[in-house]
Amino acid sequence: MRLAKVTLIWVALAAAVCVPIAAAALSPLLEWRGPVYIVAGFAGIIALGLVLVQPLLIGGYLPGMSAYRGRRAHYWIGGALVLAVVVHVGGLWITSPPDMIDALLFSSPTPFSPWGVIAMWAIFAVALLAALRRRLGLEPRTWRIAHVFLAVIIVAGSVVHGMLVEGTMETVSKVALCALVLAATIKAMVDLRVWRKRATSR
Amino acid sequence: MTTFVLNRRNLLAAGGSFLAAGVSGLLLPARAQSIAPTPSMSGGSNNYRKGAPTVDRIGKGGFWMSGTVRRAGDGAPLANQRIQIWAHTTEGQEHEPQSHGATLTDKNGAFRLEMPQIIPIFGQPHGHLAYDSGEFKTVFLRPVMRSAKETSLEAHFVLQPA
Repeated sequence: MRLAKVTLIWVALAAAVCVPIAAAALSPLLEWRGPVYIVAGFAGIIALGLVLVQPLLIGGYLPGMSAYRGRRAHYWIGGALVLAVVVHVGGLWITSPPDMIDALLFSSPTPFSPWGVIAMWAIFAVALLAALRRRLGLEPRTWRIAHVFLAVIIVAGSVVHGMLVEGTMETVSKVALCALVLAATIKAMVDLRVWRKRATSR
Repeated sequence: MTTFVLNRRNLLAAGGSFLAAGVSGLLLPARAQSIAPTPSMSGGSNNYRKGAPTVDRIGKGGFWMSGTVRRAGDGAPLANQRIQIWAHTTEGQEHEPQSHGATLTDKNGAFRLEMPQIIPIFGQPHGHLAYDSGEFKTVFLRPVMRSAKETSLEAHFVLQPA
């Protein structure tokens, strides 16, 4: 692959993740938020960025990453995603415990909360499965079906959650990031033919 | 004074009370004019502080919270009722004491309290109101602004005896 194309792909990915973060850093709402609330919000934005990186890694679209390195990176970024979600939820809990408890109990008046909570449980579930997959002796096919099923929930839940929240994210960069997350997920699922009957090694 | 806006929330509220009035009218023909009490909204009591002081204005003001208080059944306006108001504003977070204040309804059952500009919190620009004086059943409301740029918000109470 030509160097210019390689550079372009990595710059585009960095921009897709960093521009929404930078735009949110300029939000006027930050002036009236405490540090814990601010960190919690940015953890959520970073988590959405990580959700974009995951299908790109596993689909093999990032130049310079072999299939093996791509999978290793996907595994560790999954761990980082769990951490980001824990910081997001934990920070919001500290900021306003009753609102967070309502969200976790699915009794929140805000329409975006259940989407985020469902995506959170799906992220925890897939991380747990990935960590215990060998110990549980999961068949590759069972693992793949479970992972794809949870990945679809994570992507759909995260995108709807993010789109419905009125927070620090700037609208255009938020819509663009969400569209990229959806596009990358669909492309990876089509290219990897995740619905295939037999597991094939890459 | 009070402007009614045709949006989903108002339509739902109107539709709900229309339905409630209609159904109770069918069931209890003698009370066909009955006005249903307002139920508490989910999340309405979040960050509530008991006994916020009655004030002329919360903080430096610039934003208006207004509404009415009526009696369930005949819909008569209720004067001198204490309504407590709080929100995340430019001058403080929801749980902080300076974000809380109370006001009384006038002889027409209307209230209006100036407060600092409400800021979106937990993903929605919203305020909180409570009737908690005991004579009627406690009600917590959580109205949402159609846009974070708005500088006023309304909430209406229909109370039933405790």
